[in-house]
Amino acid sequence: MWEKPSARILPDGRRLLLQQGPIDLVIEAVGEQSAVKVAHEAAILRFDGLLAELCDELQLLRTAVSRTSPLPLGPVARRMHAAVAPFAETSFITPMAAVAGSVAQEILGVMCAAAPLQRAYVNNGGDIALHLAAGEQFRIGLVKRPDRPEFFATATIRPEDGVAGIATSGYPGRSFSLGIAEAVTVLAPTAAMADAAATVIANAIDLPGHPAVERLPANSIQSDTDLGERLVTRDVGPLATDEIETALAAGLAEAESLRTAGLIVSAAMHLQGVSRTLASPMIVQEKPERRLARA
Amino acid sequence: MALDEASPVADDKIRCDACPVMCFIKPGAVGACDRYGNVDGELVRMEPHIVLERTLEHGGEVVPFAGSREWEGEIVHQQGTFITAIGAGTTYPDYKPAPFIVSSEVDGVDMVTVVTEGIFSYCGVKVKIDTDRFLGPEQATVRVEGEAIGHVTTGEYGSQMLSLGGVHHLTGGSKKEGRVTCDALLQLSNGKAVELSIDEGETVIVQAGKPPIVNGIQESRMRVGCGSATIGIFAKQWHGKVDEVVVVDDHITGVLSEHQAGKLLGMAGTGIKMKGRRSTPGRYFQVAQPGTGWGGTNISDPLTILGPFDPKVAYPGLRLLMVSTTGEHAAYYELDEHLVPVEMQMPQPLVEPVERIAENCEPALSTVLFIGGAGGSLRAGVTENPVRLTRSVKDALTYVTCGGAPVYIWPGGGITFMVDVTRLPENAFGYVPTPALVAPLEFTMSRSDYEALGGHMDAIQPLASLKGGSRLRLPQRPDNPWPLAPEQPRRSLG
Repeated sequence: MWEKPSARILPDGRRLLLQQGPIDLVIEAVGEQSAVKVAHEAAILRFDGLLAELCDELQLLRTAVSRTSPLPLGPVARRMHAAVAPFAETSFITPMAAVAGSVAQEILGVMCAAAPLQRAYVNNGGDIALHLAAGEQFRIGLVKRPDRPEFFATATIRPEDGVAGIATSGYPGRSFSLGIAEAVTVLAPTAAMADAAATVIANAIDLPGHPAVERLPANSIQSDTDLGERLVTRDVGPLATDEIETALAAGLAEAESLRTAGLIVSAAMHLQGVSRTLASPMIVQEKPERRLARA
Repeated sequence: MALDEASPVADDKIRCDACPVMCFIKPGAVGACDRYGNVDGELVRMEPHIVLERTLEHGGEVVPFAGSREWEGEIVHQQGTFITAIGAGTTYPDYKPAPFIVSSEVDGVDMVTVVTEGIFSYCGVKVKIDTDRFLGPEQATVRVEGEAIGHVTTGEYGSQMLSLGGVHHLTGGSKKEGRVTCDALLQLSNGKAVELSIDEGETVIVQAGKPPIVNGIQESRMRVGCGSATIGIFAKQWHGKVDEVVVVDDHITGVLSEHQAGKLLGMAGTGIKMKGRRSTPGRYFQVAQPGTGWGGTNISDPLTILGPFDPKVAYPGLRLLMVSTTGEHAAYYELDEHLVPVEMQMPQPLVEPVERIAENCEPALSTVLFIGGAGGSLRAGVTENPVRLTRSVKDALTYVTCGGAPVYIWPGGGITFMVDVTRLPENAFGYVPTPALVAPLEFTMSRSDYEALGGHMDAIQPLASLKGGSRLRLPQRPDNPWPLAPEQPRRSLG
């Protein structure tokens, strides 16, 4: 007995919440009232059956991508595959690394196709697909940890920046990380690309073999994770200042090479009180102790 | 399908079927959604734990549940906070203390609330549908997706009653019957609409607190009374404006001139002949078959329930009003020279009395009461001596709430309770694939009473220690008594 997907408007009367199984989408569209209604209806219609469509190919989507991997069939699964393919040569990665961003992108896509919107976003647990009409902008808070709503920087995004996706990855978040960063936030051309790149950069911020890092086989925590027996980070004890710098430097280098390859636009990362961002006019470091009101 | 058919299922893992991901979940772990977990081999919903706040200025509407990420980080204040069992989980079927045993001080009395989610195989819903329309014969099977989930039970005044669920449909029939029954009960209990089809009867869409929809037509009004009662109420307002009134009703059709009320007003006989069985003067049973036409009968032309007028009494020009018990249907006639009624426009003086019938009809609603038996082993989570809890509830020393809502405890053995599902926060009910429903239950009593009944005293946590976490804070509905206020009425009778 699967629970049917649910759709409801949040108490603010503006945002739409779509839920099924592990997917929670918080959606906001700004535009003419009738356009927003049509966009919401399009999102609800597309959401129904989307998870089942992914699960039809779940085994393939949980398998590491290589040059010879078969292509999945569904449009969202295809997008996941395409987003992780650039990383397949150099590292272990499965299409699941881009699932959240790809779903967000799919829903935003049908909304924008259905009605003219000034601004819209689909937030899938921190992996966000964005739409901006000319002249509009989004101000985005970057969090120190995915599980604690506290900013360390803000980013202002305009249509000309070429950013339609934002994703955050880190070991305290809901999905597993091989690295030790609390948060890596990536701005990328699409939500699927942002999702995959955030995972890869977060994995690169690591101190292999460090005694303060507690790791467990992923499948000892969640039986059917795509990561199998790979060690995932559960906790990170206090690190020395130079260790933090070393780890973040590896993350910055990875981010820089992804930007050179055109896979991301910018990135910010946070580890034990230290933040680093790729030099970018979009991102502004925040004064400390600002609280995020709503995700 | 390329699901993990190849992966062997180890003994201790359970496969969650709440969504298409169908996670394998180890004991003590949760699935990919963080919403369902394996608690000692049972699949349990782990929604964020809901805390009710006594904030009447919220206008009384509970904020829809919006997931743990929407929680904004306030701490739980000691004053005016009540911990509900929604999302608390359960230790059933275990002797371990319930998930939360919380103490707080109210008016100088140290109160203890034991909070647990109960898993109910013995449970169901009673549905009251405000309509006189015939929905189906008594005892007829009620179906969802073709599966039997309950039956039509004895009708009440102005309403049809259904009894749905129960252990036989949940676990006594086929697997599909159990699954469909569980889903229908869950939807109804959580305030969602469910389409029910009744054998040899109609199809009705039922949603707690909303008008019923019978065969695609939304019911708007309950009848003001039976046909005879309607005559009694309105006789004086018709007197002098019309010579005869027939109030068409599936139960008792009333005839003004023959009725006691008409006699008292000195009304003359009209020679009218009614079909059906005369009960007492002016009151007729079975003038037609039950149906969805006039007054809950199957007729669309009210003249079909009349025989020819008696020519010795009737006269040309006699004025006749026929009206249904909701005022929805009304027609005005005058007899021609052959004493045949001819429909004419309703005279102005009669328009208002007919409208008054409609005005006196209450809005038709479907209402859903969840009923469950909490007298079993979940009591062990409260006390080491379960029967003392039952006695304490009967003696009204222990106040039982369901998600903070007042319950009616059925007299006699056990703790069989009923609750109006619209008085709980949204989505308060869950299910396990057994199939069985999961309902929140809170037992509140004074600390000394709790000690006296053999409570798990060492498991008591002060309310202030339950700050933060993923608890969702909701305002208590103003029409629910505050569970911790002993001076207020302890139980609602519905």
